[in-house]
This record gives sequence, C-alpha cells and structure tokens, in this order.
Amino acid sequence: MRLSIPPEELMRPGHLACQGCGATLAMRYALKALGPDTIMDIPACCWSVISGPFPHTALNVPVYHTAFETGASVAAGIRAATRVLGEEHTTVLAWAGDGGTFDIGLQALSAAAERNDDFIYAVYDNEAYMNTGIQRSSATPYGAWTTTTPAENFKQRPKKDMVRIMAAHRIPYIATASVAYPEDLIRKFVRAKALKGMRFIHILAPCPVGWRAQPQHTIKIARLAVRTRLFPLLEIEDGVRWRLTVNPANPRPVSEYLALQGRFKHLTAAQVESIQESVDRNWNDSEISASMRARGPGER
Amino acid sequence: MGDALTTPPAFPEISMSSSDTAYNKTGQWRVMRPAIDAANCSRCGVCWKFCPDAAIALVDGAPRIDYEYCKGCGICAEECPRKCISFELEDK
Amino acid sequence: MTAPKPDPAPEVMMGNHALSYGALRSRVQVVAAFPITPQTQVVELLSEMCATGRLAAEFIKVESEHSAMAACIGATATGARSFTATSSQGLALMHELLHWAAGSRLPVVMGNINRAMGPPWNIWDDQTDSLAQRDTGWMQIYCADNQEVLDSVPIAYRVAESVMLPCMIVLDAFILSHTAEIVDVRSQETVDAYLPAYAPRWRLDVKDPRTFGGLTEPDPYFELRFMIERAMQEALERFDDAHAGFHAAFGRLYDTIEGYRHEDAELLIVTAGALAGNARVAVDRLREEGLPAGLLRIRVFRPFPVARLRALAARARRLCVLDRNISFGAGGIFAQEIRSALYGVPGAPEIRGHVAGLGGSEVTTDMLCDMARETARAPSCGDLVVWKGLRDAPQHSA
Repeated sequence: MRLSIPPEELMRPGHLACQGCGATLAMRYALKALGPDTIMDIPACCWSVISGPFPHTALNVPVYHTAFETGASVAAGIRAATRVLGEEHTTVLAWAGDGGTFDIGLQALSAAAERNDDFIYAVYDNEAYMNTGIQRSSATPYGAWTTTTPAENFKQRPKKDMVRIMAAHRIPYIATASVAYPEDLIRKFVRAKALKGMRFIHILAPCPVGWRAQPQHTIKIARLAVRTRLFPLLEIEDGVRWRLTVNPANPRPVSEYLALQGRFKHLTAAQVESIQESVDRNWNDSEISASMRARGPGER
Repeated sequence: MGDALTTPPAFPEISMSSSDTAYNKTGQWRVMRPAIDAANCSRCGVCWKFCPDAAIALVDGAPRIDYEYCKGCGICAEECPRKCISFELEDK
Repeated sequence: MTAPKPDPAPEVMMGNHALSYGALRSRVQVVAAFPITPQTQVVELLSEMCATGRLAAEFIKVESEHSAMAACIGATATGARSFTATSSQGLALMHELLHWAAGSRLPVVMGNINRAMGPPWNIWDDQTDSLAQRDTGWMQIYCADNQEVLDSVPIAYRVAESVMLPCMIVLDAFILSHTAEIVDVRSQETVDAYLPAYAPRWRLDVKDPRTFGGLTEPDPYFELRFMIERAMQEALERFDDAHAGFHAAFGRLYDTIEGYRHEDAELLIVTAGALAGNARVAVDRLREEGLPAGLLRIRVFRPFPVARLRALAARARRLCVLDRNISFGAGGIFAQEIRSALYGVPGAPEIRGHVAGLGGSEVTTDMLCDMARETARAPSCGDLVVWKGLRDAPQHSA
C-alpha cells in the first residue's frame, strides 16, 4: 500500500492532548516532514502540557520548553549554537501557539524575521488562549465567543493578519497549512526544511474544547475553513510571490463552517452574512486572486 | 543548611525526560469507542492519517486501533470514506 | 589545534572593554545583546571582534534584553558558551529569563553595569538593579576595578560550568565602566589552560533526544529546587578552587570576601564594588587617627559566603555597612544579608547600615570616614539605617 504521508512517527501516543486535538495532528505531521535531525523549542502553549509530565515526553526530538514570548529568540540562540558547533545540518523549529505568536511573542518573532534568522517558526493556531481556558487572543476571529469575549459582547475585531505581517518582513518562505490537508502541510514543511533563513508556517488547528465543537469534527471543520475560502492554503516566497496550493473552486458558504462550532452560535444571520462578505472580499481583493490571475489556479 | 546539603541526594538535577509517554494509557479517557469493520475496510489509511493520538497502526496495510491509547475522539469514524468505523458508547 | 597569536596587551582600558576582553579570552561562542547606557562599549567591541574574526562567535543583534537572554539560553542549552551584558532596565526586563536560565541549569555568563532604576531616568551608579535579582538563582560577582572585571569572566565560566548555574559579573556605572585603568590581558594560551572548552553535562542533542523543562509536578519540582540550592552551596567551594587556580596561573589573588587591614580591626567597613577603593583610603586615614578600622569587600554575593563572613567579621566589635542600594521598607541589601548571616553567632559584631550614593550620588572618602567614626562612637547600633549624603537632616530612618 502506498501511504500519502510518511509512516515514521516522532510523536508518541500517551500524550496529554484533549480528544480530537488539532495541535497534536499538526505536530505529528510536522515531525513526519522534518525528521529526527530537528531541535525544537516550545514557548508556553498547549504543547507545554501535551508533551507529557517530567520525566516523560511524547516527542522523540530534542525539545526545550521556554517562556511564553521567547519562541523565536530561543530558536535564534539554538541556531547560532548549531552553527558554531558545526551542526548546521540540524533543522531548528520554533513551535508556538497563536498567543505566543500573534501576541506576546510577536516582538521577538518580528526581530528574528527582520534578521532573517535561519529557522522554521511554526504556529499552530487554535484562535484563543486554550491552555489557560479559552481566552481571546489577537488570532480570535470576529464573532467568536471566548471566556473573555462572552456571547453578549463577542469578539468585535477581525483576526490579526499574521501572514501579511510576516510577508512585510520579506522572509524567504511563508506558508499556511491545515490539519485537514496533511499532504499539503507536509510538503510545505519539507520545502521549508530545504530553504535557509526565516521560514514561517501558519497552521490552522481546530480546538474542539475551545471552539465548542465535537471532537470527531476536527478535520471536517479544518477542511471547511479551506473550502469556504476562509483560510486559504498558500505559499509566499520572499514576501511577494503568492501562490495558492489548494484552490476551492466551488466554495462552500461560511455558514457551514460556523454552524459546526458553538463559539459562533449566538451570531445573527446578518452577522454571519458580514463574515461571508469579509471572506469574499479577502479572497477577491487580495494577492490571492492576483496570483491566480497571473498563474492560473493552483494544484487542485 | 549544613546537614541536609551534605546528604548525597538521589534527585534529578534537571527537568530532562528519560522515558516516553507509553506509561500513560490514555485509553482510559475513552467514552465513545471506534471499531473498524475489517470486512468493509478498503485499507485506504485515512483513519491512520488523521489520528491525533497516533493510536492506529497499519498492520500489513490494515488499520488496527490501539485501545490502550485511543481516546475515542471519533475522527477516524467521521473521516472513514467507506463509513466502516462504528463509534458507540464504550461498554463499561 | 594551533593556538592563535597572543594579543598585544592593551595597557589601558575602560571597564566595559575589560569585560569584552574577558569574553574574548573565554572564547565565548554566542553573544546576544541589546544596547543600554552605560553598557554599550561592551557589545560594540565584541561585535567588532566578531566582525573581524578575532572572536569566533555568532553575534545575535536582538531587539531587547529579554531576547538577549532568551538567545543565550537557547545557545547554552544547545552546548555553546554564551555571553551577554546589560544594565538596569535591561536587567529588569530579563528578570523572567534569569529564573529560566538558572532553572534550566545553564551556565550563561553576563556582565551587568550597575545603574539606577527609573523613574526618574538616571544612568548613574546604583546596585539596586542587580541586587533585585538576588533570588533568581544567578551567582553574582561584584568587581572593584577593571582588572578584576576582566579576570572575573574566565573565573565565572569556570565556576558556572562546574555547578551548571549562571553567573553575573557586576561593575559600577562610569566609575568602572567608563574609567580607564591599566589592565593586564594575558595570552589566549594562559586563559585556555585555566578555562577548558565548555563540556555540557546535558544539551539539546539530536543523537540523544530529550525534552527539557516540561510540566513538572510538585514533588519533583521541589527536589529540583533543592538541587539548585545544593549547587549554589557547592559553588562556594568551586569559587575557592577557581580563585586558587587563578592565583597559580595569573598571580592575582581573589576571594569571595576580601579583607584589608581587617585582622586586628575593631571596626570594619563592609561594602561591595568600586566603593571599596575609597574605603581602603578611609581605613588608612582612620588608622592614622587611631581608630582600628579595616575593610571587608564582598566580592561574591550569590552564593552568599556566610562562613567566610563569620570568620572575617568575628573579631570586630562593629560593622559599618555601606549600601549603594535600597530595598524600600527594609534598608540596604548588603546590611540585611550580613545581619542575617551573623545572627546568633556568639560575640557577633553590632551592625550599622548606611545607604548612600544612590543614582550616582557622590560618596566621598570623608563621608566614609564619618560613617565609620559615627559607627564606632554610637552608644548602640540597633536597627538603624542611616541615609548619608542627603542635603538636610534627618539623616536616617529606623
């Protein structure tokens, strides 16, 4: 039988993730792509707990757990050390949640991107502070309930556009990825691994607990995020050359995506429509459509 | 200070892992139980691919759920293209 | 390996450059730093040394002190010897990661130029910045001159790497950092013989993959804290070894606490840092006046050399402690530590604490002599904290 993703497992069972955790799938796929010659640092996030209590670990690569805002700065230090120690072949991976990336870690990440430090920064984005109990982050989308944006006063501002922030740094490689598209995700990590300089991969990783969704719907929700064009899967080279890698030609309505998640259940039809409009606008008025006009549709 | 600090301790010096998470039988968390109907399985590997717990092995291409670790999230049952994985309340 | 040519010894250098030369001679492999007055010359010279290849190190030009320490942590965890330098606000910004470096048992070495904490803005000498980090698990060395600044870098790495704890080398803003003194820079071979290459007991290694610092439950956490304390106590012995080895190799003798005319002194001035220079002059003057005075200079503050202090202070009748720092609500920090170390020791001297020189305010030899005379003559010392150098009375608070 031919498998569509590598069979090697560097993430072990017995980890402490909740049922249906998207962040766990993201890790499993990323490590399949990067292989054992990888050093990882993990700032505070769900994975600080998932990897298992001392003296156990679910991860079969060297891992340094670090403070919340230091994912990029510790990775910069790791890379510098591998260079002076003649171990530059090793892939350095910073593995952070959306809080550690969009919020508290943004300063260090921006600095590392500006320096074009040689490592992969991956964010598994579950769109809120899930490890502390579902508080809003700047990655939380418009309309979402969290424990700090209750339904009566749901998140009013749109999700921070991290991809464009990173693109503005003109780093060699940026990609978005989804746990529902493991082949695409793995191909992007493999591609990133072969490049030098700062590489940024943004993975949408549904959180059944925080999204008030059924754990068996993790993949379904992640897939709908792509098929509704809400979360485009793309690659950006040098911050300017955009390319769609999965093209949802006949997009599903955003309402299908929202309906599977209790965090959006308070929204009125008009509010859902406004989300649909913003998704359409983002798709049609952006570098995505421009790249499609220039190069034709992507792989699918 | 004195006495306690001269006793050679058996404590670890640093929080560094020395074993994996195999000890943690997360199958105990399971409320819903997936079960593969082998007769209808096409061995496509989708259930294996989407398992967040790496708790499905492919044995000669056939998926086998490791119930010691399967947390019962149900992704495999949901994603199975032939709908040949049942997902029902665990028999307690 | 062919040894590089010895450097032509610069005869005169500022304290900041002494720190850079200490890092050069210690063959640091990763430097990560962010500028802050009065530290800038440390990293300017190091960046030049890296750029010209004189120092084979990676220099990471980070965007904050927080990231400087984070990068040093990442580099040291991977097995490279790393160095940074900062001051005041920068050190305060690092605070979280000072705990992180110590908790991870990483022997990072850092220079800190003692500078006052704001607000209001003040760039001058004050020990409160480094002393406020006393509970982070970092060893701390307070230097009295530029030669000691340079020498303390290889000493710090030797001790830090043997007990796997980080170490901070502290020098006074401007009084040392920007003041040129004659400094002896020995050859690389001499320093190499004293300080071997870093051989970490644990590191991020793809051939032996381990997870560091993951969630640790209460009981093992408690044990790990005990092990840090044990390493700190062991560091006192390692400092003695490192100082003896340094004396043998370089001919200069250092100690965790250094005495001057202290053997028969009834009154001991106790201080740390560059103030010790003035204090030596004050001691000589007081002796001429007939007051049997002496000096203790605390060089190593963490781990606190309790036994050494007890041995050196036991014969004195009174201690005149001079703190260029303040823990609001509790007085000068050295005075507190000394009181605590001598408490319950039979015949222990009485202690009079003085706070002076905050924010670079001048501390003259005359002032030091006054403090010493007042300490000697006071009917009793009590818990008095004397503020010396304020324009108007009252001069003290209890």
